[in-house]
Amino acid sequence: MAKKSSSYVTTLLLAPMAIWMTALLILPILVVLVYSFGELAEMGGYKPAFTLAQYANLPARLTAFKNTLVLAPAGTLAAFLIAYPLAYYLARTVEPRRRMILLTLVIVPFWTSFLIRTYAWMFILGGRGIPALLEFIGIEGVRLLNTPTAVLIGIVYGYLPLMVFPIFVSLEKVDESLLEASNDLGASPVRTFLQVTLPLSLPGVATACMIVFILLMGEFLIPALLGGGKVFFIGNALVDLFLQSRNWPFGSAVAITLVVVMLVIVSLYMRMIFKPGKTQDVSMI
Amino acid sequence: MEPKNTDLSTTNNHGDFDIEFINVTKHYGDVVALNDTNLKIPRGSFHSLLGPSGCGKTTSLRLIAGFEQPTSGDVRHRGVSMVGIPAYKRPVNMVFQHYAPFPHLNVEENISYGPRQRSPKPPKQELKKLVGEMLELVRLPGFQNRRIWQLSGGQLQRIVLARALINRPAVLLLDEPLAALDRKLRREMQMELQSLQREVGITFVLVTHDQEEALSMSDTISIMRDGGIVQTGTPSELYDTPVDRYVADFVGESNFFSGIVSAADSAQATIQTKTEISLTAPYPEGGKHLTIGQRGAIAVRPEMVLIWPLTHEQPKDIDFSVKGRITNRIYLGHQAEFRVVTDSLGEILARIPKTAEAVTRDLAPGDEILLGWQWNFGLAMPDA
Repeated sequence: MAKKSSSYVTTLLLAPMAIWMTALLILPILVVLVYSFGELAEMGGYKPAFTLAQYANLPARLTAFKNTLVLAPAGTLAAFLIAYPLAYYLARTVEPRRRMILLTLVIVPFWTSFLIRTYAWMFILGGRGIPALLEFIGIEGVRLLNTPTAVLIGIVYGYLPLMVFPIFVSLEKVDESLLEASNDLGASPVRTFLQVTLPLSLPGVATACMIVFILLMGEFLIPALLGGGKVFFIGNALVDLFLQSRNWPFGSAVAITLVVVMLVIVSLYMRMIFKPGKTQDVSMI
Repeated sequence: MEPKNTDLSTTNNHGDFDIEFINVTKHYGDVVALNDTNLKIPRGSFHSLLGPSGCGKTTSLRLIAGFEQPTSGDVRHRGVSMVGIPAYKRPVNMVFQHYAPFPHLNVEENISYGPRQRSPKPPKQELKKLVGEMLELVRLPGFQNRRIWQLSGGQLQRIVLARALINRPAVLLLDEPLAALDRKLRREMQMELQSLQREVGITFVLVTHDQEEALSMSDTISIMRDGGIVQTGTPSELYDTPVDRYVADFVGESNFFSGIVSAADSAQATIQTKTEISLTAPYPEGGKHLTIGQRGAIAVRPEMVLIWPLTHEQPKDIDFSVKGRITNRIYLGHQAEFRVVTDSLGEILARIPKTAEAVTRDLAPGDEILLGWQWNFGLAMPDA
């Protein structure tokens, strides 16, 4: 009896989510999947057909794929390298009273629209920004805006808070007495960090990197503004294909390919990081 | 149990003390955690630091481990100062209060953690063998591949014990290691720790607030209060000759009768209570002498108190008696405990062994009785 009613409650609780996901995620993806096998109608849009021609045409957007697959991992790595020491400082070094202030400062940028902040970077990196400053002290000919470097800077800036918080949480959870135990057993502070702190913070690192990486794979705004027309991601290619050239079937093929690439990378990554009996133990405790 | 190495005539050499505190003081900001403390722990002994929370016992342990440095004074190991030496270079290991096992490592990796920090690292085969021996020692053979979250509290306790002992430390520090275990398991682990200490011959320093635990396990005990050591001695010394009321109260139970000292010499003192009763008792060995006019107390252990019915004759050797009424009787198996209320001395606790039950067998709450003790079984001390 009890079991039956609890399964009824479970169904009831999960129904809104299931309906939402079906209507707004699974169905649209199926539509895109169907479109990707179609043909381009004469006035633009979709004409029913079954052809692999759109997929055969993928190399035409190779640069977008290359940019995304280089800059998304690079951006994730750069953000991680900057975020980890910051998270470590916040979780383990700073006194509790100042910690709250500093944590708030990490979030403060979110109070302004992401679009406006990225626009601001256009000016900082543009001709009258940093390059002008460098010229002033004698370094000439530096171009930042519309280069991969500008996109990378934008990425690190935009995604740093997302990287900091999961790592901060996992570092803060590491019990002080574990570090003392390691010290007591003969491990120097550096070895203690490598053998205790770092492994125990891995779940947070893995989560943070995955979130940032997935979001970056679909990034559109930063390359559009800071990369000009020169550094574009798949996201930009999709906008272009769907809204400008109205080539829905090809756009669908590109979108489906992006989803497949992401699924493959993320599942490989999960298998690598969440090895059974490794990180699992940590998150269970 | 005989203390192994408390004969001071053979321990003049400072190298014979595994741990020595010389005028050690430790401040945390304005708080004085440890004040000008001296302590000597002989090599190979089981020593306990006993006291309520905030008495400085954990600070002392952390000073030995190297997690803290003294504000002033010296902490020595076999005559050599350890001040300034970081924890990871000290020949001591600790069993933490909440065990602190490494959750990301399995049992084998946890136990071999210490040896793996040495350079050069011992060969794999040797490590495996060592871990096997340690698990054998703590009676958990075959646990190598268990994950930490699969272990019970008692098992965790043994694993962290093995993790510390595998390093063959000169001193093993135990920070309330049994506090988290249930009563039965605690009793078991107490005996195991004791036999383990004899087996490995390492100096054990135990921090605890549980007097029963300290009394049953230790060769020597330091009673601590307010950042200082009040008295150090063997369990029987502390029980039989507490230097003051605090120690008498902390180690075992006592009846205390306080008042003004009305007569005193170098061997004994007489105290006059508020109710005009005069009680005389000798000083404990090493205890402070009292002077006339100061406040003092007479301590009498419950097992020294005898009770008998009004109709009964006063037992011989008893030179003092007072009338009272039984308020409670608790059967403790090997003895019976009586709570008696007297007009002149307040509530008094008496424990009568089973072997002396003949006169008390029929006594019940509400009965009027007489009660007394042999004068020299009491102890006179300052009323702290």
